[in-house]
Amino acid sequence: MMKKLTEIRWHGRGGQGAKTASLLLADVAFSTGLYIQGFPEYGPERMGAPITAYNRLSNEPIRVHSNIYEPDYVVVVDETLLDSVDVTAGLKPEGGIVINSAKDPAELRAKLKGYTGKVYTIDAKKISIECIGRNMPNTPMLAAAVKASGFMDEKLFLENMEASFKHKFASKPEVIAGNMKALEVSLKEVQCNG
Amino acid sequence: MAIRERLSGNEAVSYAIRQVNPDVMPAFPITPSTEIPQFISQYVANGQIDTIFVPVESEHSAMSASIGSEAAGARTITATSSCGLALMWEMLYVAASCRLPIVLACINRALSGPININNDHSDSMGARDAGWIQIYAENAQEAYDNYIMSFRIGEHKDVLLPVMACQDGFITSHAVDNITLLEDEKVKAFVGEYKPEKCLLNPAEALSVGPYDTVHYYMEHKKQQAVAMHNAKKVILDVAKEYEELTGRKYGFIEKYKMEDAEYAMVIIGSSAGTAKDAVDELRAQGVKAGLIKVRVYRPFPGEEIAAALKNVKAVAIMDKAESFSDIGGPLGADVRASMFGVCNNVKAINFVYGLGGRDVKVDDIKCAFGKLEEVVKTDAIPTGYQYLGVRE
Repeated sequence: MMKKLTEIRWHGRGGQGAKTASLLLADVAFSTGLYIQGFPEYGPERMGAPITAYNRLSNEPIRVHSNIYEPDYVVVVDETLLDSVDVTAGLKPEGGIVINSAKDPAELRAKLKGYTGKVYTIDAKKISIECIGRNMPNTPMLAAAVKASGFMDEKLFLENMEASFKHKFASKPEVIAGNMKALEVSLKEVQCNG
Repeated sequence: MAIRERLSGNEAVSYAIRQVNPDVMPAFPITPSTEIPQFISQYVANGQIDTIFVPVESEHSAMSASIGSEAAGARTITATSSCGLALMWEMLYVAASCRLPIVLACINRALSGPININNDHSDSMGARDAGWIQIYAENAQEAYDNYIMSFRIGEHKDVLLPVMACQDGFITSHAVDNITLLEDEKVKAFVGEYKPEKCLLNPAEALSVGPYDTVHYYMEHKKQQAVAMHNAKKVILDVAKEYEELTGRKYGFIEKYKMEDAEYAMVIIGSSAGTAKDAVDELRAQGVKAGLIKVRVYRPFPGEEIAAALKNVKAVAIMDKAESFSDIGGPLGADVRASMFGVCNNVKAINFVYGLGGRDVKVDDIKCAFGKLEEVVKTDAIPTGYQYLGVRE
């Protein structure tokens, strides 16, 4: 079997749940039988400060314990980071970047320092407010990351997420339907340029 | 059937603690070990374990309470990191000299100052002479396995020493990773009931723990501690053998990776050993005969085993994730070079200090260290002192 490794870097702001999203992605990849790593880069975190989290997803055991410098995919949970963080640093041109934004991906490309790979956008704020009732960009971003990276089947993703939500929200089952809807809508509404 | 899971290193140790269900856990929270007392408090509150959790006011008290509790005859654990371990310092020695097999989960973090919350080994390396057994993990799986084995090692009648089960703060403690767990009943059966031969709560035999030791006896007691540490070597291997029969996972003092025909070797501890294995594979693909020795057990130090493994290499990089300001290198460098003396006389050794305060350790950093080994062999240079790896000049 060929070794297949997907490396993902998440950029967010403290409190937005980029770390949680990376752990959820690790969870769902794990449930499909993959070897996984999900880890944040820790520092003196505070609400609103830029943070980074990482995923490695592989069909073979993962031994390396460093950060990711040449990711296949980058996920940006907060669009304002495009002005302050070099989000495409080391990003492979055959991969892509997923940005939480209401804008068209072609419009955002101008801010990406000549990045030539695929640019995806998803309006995670709108979708989460419509489906979940408040701005929780995590769930839509997770679906967009799965859609863009294509590392797992979408149907399988939805099935596994439903099981995971049932476990996670066992004490408040009323939020499961909204989160599932957010995933489904997000898979459909991801925009791609390139 | 083994349980396939994904857990962080802290979750893995906490899972093991729940399975062991120790009698007492005095602890004071400190990053990055905080999650362990947090999870255990939840287990206690949920009634999943009947451990007595003692929320003490400092780490000095955490170790003092651990000493009192273990001496009373209760299986006792604690967890800490960095300055927390430093604040326990005085009592670490007392625990060891009282021969109390406390198990401490040390989630390695740099010591202040400057204050830093990230990983290096300065905390536990500083405590290396306290008389504790020290076992280090590469990943969450090893953190879990080492932790379970620690009870059997420390509590063995030929040992009776406290055990520090170490893993790299954040790098493994907060990273979710694949892991294979044992069923609760298998862990309970493996660890067994704690029945100390002597304890304070035995009305049939009066006992004094930790009294003043006079000139006439102090040295004999220190010798007994040293003998116990020596005895631990056999026990560690016996326990590992039994654990292998249970799990299929094999553990020794060291793990040798591609050392059979290695010309260039690296000796390293902890999570970076995994990164170094990838580096070794890349170097091998380029035709460099690289190999790796991961030190799992640091106290007692497997000097003979390491020297035997290094006998036929041309050069070795000894990697210290701790600065000791000795001006001749780090603690692992000193121990490995002392072990090589007279055995590996033709092997060139470079001691590197790396990864301090969370400085990320990449495959390329490891390859750079191997590159320096090739250079000293090519130029027939004799390395002196030690070098920093991955530092800005």
